Amino acid sequence: MTVTAPAPRPTRRRSLVDRLPRRLRNAVGPVVFLIPMLVVFGLFSWWPIVRSFIMSVQQTNLVTPAEFVGLDNFRAVLEDPLLGTAVQNTLWFAVLALVIGYPVPLALAVIMSDVRRARGLYALLAYLPVVIPPAVAVLLWKFFYDAEPTGVFNTILGWVGLGPVPWLEDPSWAMPALVMEATWAAAGGTVIIYLAALVTVRPELYDAAEVDGAGIWAKVWHVTLPQVRGIMLITLILQIIGTAQVFLEPYLFTDGGPDNATLTVLLLVYKYAFQNTTGGDYGKATALSLMLAAALAVLSLIYFRVTRRWSD
Amino acid sequence: MRIHRRRGVSALATIASLALLVTACGGDDDDDGENSGKVTITVEGWRPGDEQGTIDAVKTQAEAFMKENPDIVVEPVEWEWSAETFATQLAGGTLPTTFRVPFTDTKGLAERQQIADVTEYVEALPYSAEFNPSVLEAAKGTDGKIYGLPTDVYGVGLHYNRALFEEAGLDPDSPPTTWDEVRSDAKAIADSTGQAGYVQMTSNNTGGWMLTTLTYALGGRMQSEDGTESTVDNDATAEGLQMLHDMRWSDASMGKNTNFEWGTVNEAFAAGKVGMYMSGSDVYNALVTTNQVDPDSYGLAVLPLGDSGETGILGGGSVSAVSAKATPEEAEAAVAWNDFYREKKNYDPDAAVADAEVLQASDQPIGTPTLPIFDEATWQGVQDAVQPFWNVPRDQMSSFTDGVFEQALIPEPSSHTQEVYAILDSVVQKVLTDENADIEALLGDANDKAQQLLDAS
Repeated sequence: MTVTAPAPRPTRRRSLVDRLPRRLRNAVGPVVFLIPMLVVFGLFSWWPIVRSFIMSVQQTNLVTPAEFVGLDNFRAVLEDPLLGTAVQNTLWFAVLALVIGYPVPLALAVIMSDVRRARGLYALLAYLPVVIPPAVAVLLWKFFYDAEPTGVFNTILGWVGLGPVPWLEDPSWAMPALVMEATWAAAGGTVIIYLAALVTVRPELYDAAEVDGAGIWAKVWHVTLPQVRGIMLITLILQIIGTAQVFLEPYLFTDGGPDNATLTVLLLVYKYAFQNTTGGDYGKATALSLMLAAALAVLSLIYFRVTRRWSD
Repeated sequence: MRIHRRRGVSALATIASLALLVTACGGDDDDDGENSGKVTITVEGWRPGDEQGTIDAVKTQAEAFMKENPDIVVEPVEWEWSAETFATQLAGGTLPTTFRVPFTDTKGLAERQQIADVTEYVEALPYSAEFNPSVLEAAKGTDGKIYGLPTDVYGVGLHYNRALFEEAGLDPDSPPTTWDEVRSDAKAIADSTGQAGYVQMTSNNTGGWMLTTLTYALGGRMQSEDGTESTVDNDATAEGLQMLHDMRWSDASMGKNTNFEWGTVNEAFAAGKVGMYMSGSDVYNALVTTNQVDPDSYGLAVLPLGDSGETGILGGGSVSAVSAKATPEEAEAAVAWNDFYREKKNYDPDAAVADAEVLQASDQPIGTPTLPIFDEATWQGVQDAVQPFWNVPRDQMSSFTDGVFEQALIPEPSSHTQEVYAILDSVVQKVLTDENADIEALLGDANDKAQQLLDAS
């Protein structure tokens, strides 16, 4: 076996890039491709966030030069009686969504994972509501929620002898009505996530539980849930953060009514900014947004601290 | 393949995509060349969804105007008033130089310096002294300066469904003339037909707008004339709310759905679900073009007025305003355009006929009742000229057209109008969704909030 000397390298002019040290040279390609993403994110995500910080300490109508007002906007928001209502309503929405909306996808996923055939069909049906554009779904349900006895849901309830429900017209029914639609619209996505998680549960665990005499509920409680605990914790915090920012349902269904019973924090931000007809208070709107973001950040930090022990 | 050539290609590709991104962000350039020395203005031309006929009509008018005024260039553009996007459009520079805004928003816009002060240009017009004072008042800011030309005026009337009236055994040619009759007619409709007999708007600031209308009809006021004192808790408002409460809960004549605003109540009415409701007298246009109402079942009655206090109807309309970002030359040109295109047909019968011909060509409703911007004689002259073109059921609106001139036209509250309306929305919604609502307490509370607003400015 002969060792051949490597062919002599052809000489070429060293370009600018070639003159950089190797590590930088390897990074040029990827960085150059990252630039468009950085530009887009910068223009449409990060720069607006910076601008919110700036606008929250200003009084501006976007036309004349803004004046610096320090913490006045924050103070005005905190003194607004509607803020208390909005926070309360948002918490109520989050609790209802937790009670109604959190178990439903899990239950559906557990049931669906047990089904032998046509599992794909059920997954499709579960996911279909997610595919419908949110505004379309809300307007559809708004029609269903007609409070007259001739409304779609009231007619169906009439078949089983239940009285017409005021749905969106009554302050105590409005929020649950919103949560039901929100659950219907979003459950599909979470079902798919849970289905994926359930597939990873080792079947031997179920066999072992069966041997120990566990029925269906016991199997679910003692085997399934602990195994998907990690995913459940993630979806829980995601749901909490998502419901804290709910805007579409209150805005399209009831515009915060009846009598501010469905006014949520983000809808209040919208009203500050846009609903006083002629260019409202961007300062207060951005101040409230920042406060919400800070609250959610703190919540997430505490959450991950506390649950660190519980997840794997 | 050589590494450096691949790198070169990739570098070229990213530079090209960056360049594309940057050009996408750029706006249109002004073409200076042929228009240098002329004033260019963009004007509200047509609404989204308008037919080609409407678009062509505006462009034809623009050409005619440019011939008469060779140093002005007019570009009609598509635009529609939307309270929520107006401020951002102004900030982003996509607002036309001149556009129409509702009466009710004019003072707020003026206060926030979002529309331009055009007093000197309006006062230069030959007829500036002949405006109906309460109409011109709507185009002024709280500082007394003029911020645009009032170009459409309407009064609030009672719209009613003739078919539902007949079905309930009521005479469609005798609409109610007192509020007691409104109440009994509403009950008759609800009992016989199952549809809501009477409905009132409640959300998106229209609740306050309509409650103010009801208050004016019953002789009360929401604010002192100078806008410093809030009088929301006056007897007329309380009386009106009590009537609504009784209709909703005792008579059950308002139906179960109470969440209505300007657009959705029109929808419900056109769909035959509402017997009567209050709105501007010009709403028939929207009912026809947007909601396909059946013209035979439409009736317009003059709003019933109460017996005590200074009763009247709430007036509304549009003001042709100029963007705050316009230069003085552009503002002057804009006022000239508005005079030519929008105001002339209100005082010149020939211009009115020409306008009617255009509307007729594109199948638009002609003849929906409006109110005089100048004096009644001028208005009558224009009406007579346009009468041959009328295609709306005017005899079904006779109650309004015969009776409206006897009613005083009262302008909306001048201070923080929309914010006060928002506070009142809540009051009306509460009364209609909670049977045990304490009207006195609600009004007292609302008055405190409104007073705080007025004090803050």
